[in-house]
Amino acid sequence: MGAMEMNEEKRRGQGASDSEVLARTKAVLGPMGVMIHTHSQHGDDTLVAHAEDVLKVMEFLRDDKSLKFDMMMDLTVVDYLGAEEVHPYLKPMNARFEVVYHLYSVEKNHRIRVKVPLPEDSPYVDSVTGIWVGADWFEREAWDLYGVMFRGHPNLKRILLYEDFVGHPLRKDYGKMKRQPLIGPVN
Amino acid sequence: MGVDEMAHKERPTEEVTPGEIAALSDSVIITQLSRLVSWGRQYSFFLYPFITACCGMEFMSVAGPRYDIDRFGAALPRFSPRQADLMMVVGTISHKQAPILVKVYNQMAEPKWVFAYGSCTVSGGMYNNYATVQGIDTLVPVDVYVPGCPPRPEMVLDGLIMLQQKVAREPNINMTRGVSPLGEADDRKIIG
Repeated sequence: MGAMEMNEEKRRGQGASDSEVLARTKAVLGPMGVMIHTHSQHGDDTLVAHAEDVLKVMEFLRDDKSLKFDMMMDLTVVDYLGAEEVHPYLKPMNARFEVVYHLYSVEKNHRIRVKVPLPEDSPYVDSVTGIWVGADWFEREAWDLYGVMFRGHPNLKRILLYEDFVGHPLRKDYGKMKRQPLIGPVN
Repeated sequence: MGVDEMAHKERPTEEVTPGEIAALSDSVIITQLSRLVSWGRQYSFFLYPFITACCGMEFMSVAGPRYDIDRFGAALPRFSPRQADLMMVVGTISHKQAPILVKVYNQMAEPKWVFAYGSCTVSGGMYNNYATVQGIDTLVPVDVYVPGCPPRPEMVLDGLIMLQQKVAREPNINMTRGVSPLGEADDRKIIG
């Protein structure tokens, strides 16, 4: 392997050994069979997990003594409609959406990204509001704009759009020019 | 002899002295009532600041001491539409916000004017999507459009002066605008 290739791999964070966070996560979650894939790129550790195991994974990440992810920084959704080949694991699972969680440990000052692929016909995932209360409004926003359902959420209703709105506008198949005003002409 | 006759006798109108004419010209204006009313209106706008977005920061600059819309008699913001006659719509109006805008407009007493402040209120600006009203003139009649993202304070002052000129020219001071062409906003839709 030439020096340039080695530098390139180092830059992308591949080939190097796993970070402590990822090593610990893989060591515990690997045998449980909840992981689909992990990678580390530009120093960002990512774990892809099965939707049905999301509570197990999140509880471990929060409670483990050496991880202590006590803060959920962000929760969002990606719609991979027509671009499922971006990640090799999406097509075999018939997945269209991916819920993305960004976790942070205040004490340890480290982060991890957890991704959960979801199929188009049943975009259901367990709510993590029981683990991090702050997930409440994030999950409502994800429901509002992407139509991902969070099982066990205490109040899963629209947060940004109005109640009468039909559909979920950030889905890739929501018409770019589709309009549904409450009052006034359709413009 | 009555008082009137006496006055007539002592001071016939034809014999007004040059001194009296000078005094009168300094203290009497002959005009039309409508002009007088319009003159009063154009220099005493009571604003209703309908501020929703980033243009609001720029509005503060215009309203503050450096640019100072008080110089044009439009300083006093009223936070009840009942007490206001100029609705300043400042910032992006979403479809969720639109019934509220219409309702506030309908609640304003006559006479009333609408000032579209910034590109978003003029045309939707850079937002043409599922959420944004494409110009507030689709909801209520607009008197002055001031584009810009945000508009310079000088543009706003220019727009205000243009509105003053428009008010001064209004031929019918009893003109009423009534409710928005879209009618009353539906309460249920506002509360959701």
